[in-house]
Amino acid sequence: MYKYDTYDQAMVDTRVEEFRDQVRRRIEGHITEDQFKPLRLMNGLYLQLHAYMLRVAIPYGTLSGAQMRMLGDIADKYDRGYGHFTTRQNIQYNWIKLEEAPDLLADLASVEMHAIQTSGNCIRNTSSDQYAGAAADEVVDPRPYAELIRTWSTFHPEFSFLPRKFKMAVIASDIDRAAMKLHDIGVQIVKNDAGEIGAAFYVGGGMGRTPMIAPCINPFVPIDQFITYSEACLRVYNRHGRRDNKYKARIKILVHELGKEEYTRQVEAEFAHLLTQGIEPPLAELERIKAMFADPRFEVGIADELDRSDPDFALWVDNNCVTHKQPGYIAATISLKPVGGIPGDATGEQMRLMADLAAQYSFDELRVTHAQNIVLPHVKKADLYTLWQVLDANGLGTANLDLIGDIIACPGLDYCSLANARSIPVAQKISQRLSAKSQEIGELKLKISGCINACGHHHAGHIGILGVDRKGVENYQLLLGGSEAADTSLGTITGPGFDEDGIVDAVEKATQVYLANRSDDERFLDTYRRIGMAPFKEALYG
Amino acid sequence: MAEVQFRFRDDEPVADPGVTVDAFGEQTNAAAVRLEPGDEARDLIPHLARIQLIEVNFPVFGDGRGYSAARILREAGYQGELRAVGDVLVDQLAFLRRCGFDAFAPEVPLNPVDAENAFGRFAEVYQPTTDGRTAIWAKRHG
Repeated sequence: MYKYDTYDQAMVDTRVEEFRDQVRRRIEGHITEDQFKPLRLMNGLYLQLHAYMLRVAIPYGTLSGAQMRMLGDIADKYDRGYGHFTTRQNIQYNWIKLEEAPDLLADLASVEMHAIQTSGNCIRNTSSDQYAGAAADEVVDPRPYAELIRTWSTFHPEFSFLPRKFKMAVIASDIDRAAMKLHDIGVQIVKNDAGEIGAAFYVGGGMGRTPMIAPCINPFVPIDQFITYSEACLRVYNRHGRRDNKYKARIKILVHELGKEEYTRQVEAEFAHLLTQGIEPPLAELERIKAMFADPRFEVGIADELDRSDPDFALWVDNNCVTHKQPGYIAATISLKPVGGIPGDATGEQMRLMADLAAQYSFDELRVTHAQNIVLPHVKKADLYTLWQVLDANGLGTANLDLIGDIIACPGLDYCSLANARSIPVAQKISQRLSAKSQEIGELKLKISGCINACGHHHAGHIGILGVDRKGVENYQLLLGGSEAADTSLGTITGPGFDEDGIVDAVEKATQVYLANRSDDERFLDTYRRIGMAPFKEALYG
Repeated sequence: MAEVQFRFRDDEPVADPGVTVDAFGEQTNAAAVRLEPGDEARDLIPHLARIQLIEVNFPVFGDGRGYSAARILREAGYQGELRAVGDVLVDQLAFLRRCGFDAFAPEVPLNPVDAENAFGRFAEVYQPTTDGRTAIWAKRHG
């Protein structure tokens, strides 16, 4: 894992003091709320419906046990005993008092964490593959490249007032587990025929009002020009991205309006210029970072078998664990989606338990997934049954990864000032109604957003739900056929929306259509792609 | 025209108000230009040697195009005064300075103590720009 040196630590410590000064000026009345707003937003502090919400950055979703323990302690000390893991691999606290926020940030800084650039029109926290460093199919560990982006983008003087927020993701496998093509910039680290490492740049993806899949604008940027190319992409956007309309200000609109070829031409011209400016960190810096992401000391020659005699355990293994690159190890996902629970929520106590388990069974490492679950990336197979028993005894053993109960949901109108409809109760009702059938239904990614901003990734759900406000009443549109994986696609709206109970019925009907039409081992998505929308419409509206 | 409140240069300030980029093309003797957010900073590059002052206007602080304009001008070798004017606030000062601005004429004068703190707060920087400060990675591997 990455460890701060004195430079990194001084940066976050200084930020805490800066923010403490800003809060003091606000509380003493020297600055107005209007003047304070952009300052607190640069620190991830939003004023929501009921209280301040603070979003904490978890760079590329990687946490140490000590960091997870601190997140749990913060939940108890400053919030109401829980936190909410988000679709961008971060955590949000919903009940923060302004006057306590500087102390909270100081606690975070003590474990090398911060809330820098978790909101505002700047480069946000970079997301990555939750199985990085463990996945059998990765070219390299993508996180050192994401860490390079982290420092480059932190307090970037030119790109702190972009037309709109800017989200990047870095992966290094052909299987995309980070929805890379739905980011402003998605990077896939690749190896060319000569065995050299480079970066494929996908620019202009996104969800929101105008969902778009990012086109590849350069399939191989040499790795010693990676930051310079990123800078060129950003500079073209900062100069020419639309600023007249907030809803057309994301880079996807610029790339779309200019066309991929013209945007690429401008980036390449800027890139050629920037190569003369000496802004690229030396490879020695990448090597310094990579050394901190070296494999943990895996035991070799150990048993690679699992005792599957406990059927509940076997089910959990089949659903929640994936193959590890190291024989004898496995990557295990802790579902934060208990039946009827709030997707992505964990209590302080659960966070501390997960921290302890990481220390004991996973080389002190955890990951947050964009599907709002937690991964223990390096578990010895011999320890897995014991680990599962502890999880199961503490409500963390739900065996539903990628099943219908593993719902992604935004905070919705229960918390968020932008929302048009509640997401959480809909997720809870669907989970309660359909979880019993989830094994029969198989892989089905269901995603719920409480407004058009699409924080719940509804466009990319095999089944997506979008909450809207229809003449003052919450109404839910149903979408089918989205995917965020390597076969990225955007869902299509079925037709008129439903009320809260109606949408639960509609989801159930969609699963019935699937089960009636499924051939062989097709997933819901495969069946939908084969038979199309018509049979679903017939069942829903016929 | 707002007064210059902070200036990090020793030469005499240019008193003339900047002409627009459009007018500049026809006024071959103008020494001061004013750049609006939508203007193409690179149009000025052939003329940089004779320009003494470029004012970059920030009509609203959130419009960050002026940061790119400033870096482009400095990267092209511009040595004259680069002045941020308009909605220039305390918490933008350090970023502006890093992008090459060496004079500041905020529409609403800033609290001098807050401004001084803002200019000097961060001892180290992660990125190299043309402001001469050494990036952290260069210090790590120096």
